[in-house]
Amino acid sequence: MGTIKHHLTDEILMAYSAGTLPEAFNLMVASHISMCDTCRAAVESYDALGGALLDNRLASVALSTDSLAATMALIAGGDVDPLPTPHRTAGAGVLPTPLQDYVGGDLDAIHLRSVGMGVKQAILKTSDDASARLLFIPAGTAMPDHGHHGLEMTMVLKGAFLDEHDRFGRGDVEIATQETHHTPVADINEDCICLAVTDAPLKFTSLIPKMAQPFLRI
Amino acid sequence: MHGMLNSVDRGTESVITCSPRVEGTRVEGKGTVAGRHVTAMNDNNTRAMWVDHVIRVRDRRDQAAFAELFHHFAPRVKAFLMKSGSDATLAEECSQEVMATLWHKAHMFDPSRASVATWIFTIARNRKIDVLRKQRRPEPEDLPWGPETEPDQEAILSLQQESEQLRRALSGLPDAQRELIERAYFGDLSHSQIAAETGLPLGTIKSRVRLALERLRHAMK
Repeated sequence: MGTIKHHLTDEILMAYSAGTLPEAFNLMVASHISMCDTCRAAVESYDALGGALLDNRLASVALSTDSLAATMALIAGGDVDPLPTPHRTAGAGVLPTPLQDYVGGDLDAIHLRSVGMGVKQAILKTSDDASARLLFIPAGTAMPDHGHHGLEMTMVLKGAFLDEHDRFGRGDVEIATQETHHTPVADINEDCICLAVTDAPLKFTSLIPKMAQPFLRI
Repeated sequence: MHGMLNSVDRGTESVITCSPRVEGTRVEGKGTVAGRHVTAMNDNNTRAMWVDHVIRVRDRRDQAAFAELFHHFAPRVKAFLMKSGSDATLAEECSQEVMATLWHKAHMFDPSRASVATWIFTIARNRKIDVLRKQRRPEPEDLPWGPETEPDQEAILSLQQESEQLRRALSGLPDAQRELIERAYFGDLSHSQIAAETGLPLGTIKSRVRLALERLRHAMK
């Protein structure tokens, strides 16, 4: 803790709190704030803002006349809708708990498939409006240069990568938008594992990766 | 302890925070029993913030207290769900479920971490995601709700006071700024979608939201 330098944006954190993000982005936020107390505190603030808005700013909508009675009947039926099961505090393992839930375990449970040049990936099952995948990049290897149609966020889980501007270590998130063209390279000392989420397919600038894109789903 | 909406340096950005339990900052209580003290406490602020009501539901299954909570919050939850795209029938049904959850999970409410309104907001938000958006919302490790130890009085009071302060600060925002924040929460829209709907440039929206957050932070100092 305390070494994370690259955080999620206020817009993303606020949207996580408001409940308007696609599932893959929710997974990114949940994973990041499992490792980042700063962003976790921000999300709690945005929850507080949501509470203040609910209490203060919304014009009430009339309930049906028997609403309270119906609710008491519902209550008498017992607790059928538990809150999400709280995760216990981080145990051992590289993946934060929300990611372990998707993978079905830690690193050794990931089913990676090669996408060329030593890079491997595992696509996680989320709703269709955005995608999430785990990337394995061998030490010192570059990802293909690519631009972006939408918003892409990449968080380091193990190792580190460098782009033209900066170094990203465990817990750091790189955020790329339509304007971004970058060439991330995995740090030479260690293989790099990342969580990458995007709300649009990546756009590769060289021909072959572009042709391969529909098949590889990257 | 951390105040709500303190500005935190995150490199180039700052955020608002209100967590009383950011790593290493939690001040442990003196082993007081929250319910008993809150009930005994003659404090208008806490009373106004509905904490007593939830404690009464938790400890005594108090139906009168629940009814008051219901009359205040259920119509707001219904409005929230309808603004998020639900029809009236589904919103009514979900509001009842949200309030039933409050009854069943009253023991998980931690008044040192959230106001009652905030707690209900998170329950309603999760219900919205389940039912309306049919998405999953993974929760982080160490879920905030569910106190491991009984929170101490001072933490409860200051959190509740800060929540009231935030409410007032929100009302004091210029309309143009507040409306954009409301849309982000209740219109189920991203900034880009708000831009498309309002015809405002995306940059204007982002800077208004930023200004609004700056003002809130300032008001919470």
